[in-house]
Amino acid sequence: MPYLIRRILFALLVRPVVLLIIGLNLRGRRELPQSGPAVIVANHNSHLDTLVLLSLLGPKAFRVARPVAASDYFTQTRWLNWMCFGLLNAIGIDRTSGAAATMAQLQNALERGEILILYPEGTRGEPEALQELKGGVAHLARSRPGLPIFPVFMHGLGKALPKGDRVLVPFICDVFCGKALHWNGKSCRDFTRQLSAFFEASRAALPPGCRPEEAA
Amino acid sequence: MSAPESMASFFQALTLPALPSGLRWVLAAVLGALSLGSGMVRLFQPRLSESSYEELIARMRSWWVMALLFGGALLAGPKWNMTLMALVSFLALKEFLSIVPTRRSDRRTLFWAYLSIPIQWLLIINHHYTWFVAFIPLYATLFIPFRLVISGETEGFLQSTGTITWGLLKTVYALGHVSYLILLPAQSSGALEHVIVPVTGPGFVGVGLIFYLVLCTQANDVFQYLWGKSFGKRQIVARVSPGKTWAGFLGGLVSTALLGAALAPLLTPFSSWLGTGLGLLIAASGFVGDVVMSAVKRDLKIKDSGSMIPGHGGILDRIDSLLVSAPLFFHAVRILLV
Repeated sequence: MPYLIRRILFALLVRPVVLLIIGLNLRGRRELPQSGPAVIVANHNSHLDTLVLLSLLGPKAFRVARPVAASDYFTQTRWLNWMCFGLLNAIGIDRTSGAAATMAQLQNALERGEILILYPEGTRGEPEALQELKGGVAHLARSRPGLPIFPVFMHGLGKALPKGDRVLVPFICDVFCGKALHWNGKSCRDFTRQLSAFFEASRAALPPGCRPEEAA
Repeated sequence: MSAPESMASFFQALTLPALPSGLRWVLAAVLGALSLGSGMVRLFQPRLSESSYEELIARMRSWWVMALLFGGALLAGPKWNMTLMALVSFLALKEFLSIVPTRRSDRRTLFWAYLSIPIQWLLIINHHYTWFVAFIPLYATLFIPFRLVISGETEGFLQSTGTITWGLLKTVYALGHVSYLILLPAQSSGALEHVIVPVTGPGFVGVGLIFYLVLCTQANDVFQYLWGKSFGKRQIVARVSPGKTWAGFLGGLVSTALLGAALAPLLTPFSSWLGTGLGLLIAASGFVGDVVMSAVKRDLKIKDSGSMIPGHGGILDRIDSLLVSAPLFFHAVRILLV
């Protein structure tokens, strides 16, 4: 889909929902990338996650932003296919093809100067719970030492549209954007741990009343 | 009706000369006060730290946006005012439901809670007074708990039903009263001869009343703050809101009563004496609204109700006084007019 049409449709369909019906409580927006190559990593609790992240980017960054999505899931219906690969301009990953093929796809995108949006948890978790992070992002960071990895923690979207539900209930979402991380020469596990630390710290900074454990 | 005609009727044509003089004066004064505020912030820039300067700039900018949006919607006509109030009500309810604990099983019920907003405003716009007064209380106390029962989760049932009910009453119901003010004079039985002072014009009585309510409520917040800062020593509700002092409260009470007396002849069909009484009512209820919201925030262990308004905090922080003063003012005015 041509960039201009994508931009207009996004502004008409997605932004009003994200900004008005959901509502964002933003912190650290200036940390977000203005251009590629870069990687944005976030926790994953809802289909709304990608919509919110894309809404936060400026026009230059939006143009080259490529969310990474599982092909087998998002080609299920024509509508989903259009939304994901047309409107949101996602990169489709074949989950059965193995790590090397996926890595190659992502590397090519970075070569083209694009901004990847990745979810290291792998799949949507239970509302507002944090799962263990997979190691792919660390491998990406190691393969391109100057590559900035922007961590973003989001809370509340799992309440607005959790996994398995179709009804959107308006809830304000907290978004914390952290300073960019770079490969620091240590192990992949260390890098992944740095990411986890950011997510855990962000979660601890939330007001106690709305922490996941208390919302049964 | 053809499209241009219906658009014109949606946009009640207003030319400035058509506004009653009292209203014009007050609008000019408000614009003047805002300009003064903005000017003073810029004047004091060298004496302030960078972060406080930026915060003050953001605060003033938000004041301008809120004043222009609200004033513009009010002057543009009842339908615009209603749309804005319904939107504010939605944002306030959303903010409230985002700060309180909710259960996963509450989701569908919350969806139904939001649906009360268009229903409420349809009732208002169609002048259904009895249903307007009864709908939210009945909906919140009868339908909401029933829908929660259908969801089947009894663990935390009372907390959920109590919270949602309170939220609906506080946001949707209270703000509905602000909108209904615009219709009140159309429903009164012509008893305006009982009150002294010229009426501000047939189409604008409601507009004047709403301006009066909102100006006095917001001014009361400012007065309480200024008096408290200058002379405040003894606290009133120290555990809930350490910032509230007797000096602030009483100073605000008197100042708002005086303001109410001054504004009444300009904006309402009432005399200055009645204006004093209304000012006192608004000041006292505004204080109550403020401290109740403070208590709620302390219970939830949060400092601001949200961050929707740059430089101010959340919407609930801004309208907490109005949420109590509006229904009381509405009924006081209704008694006076009927």
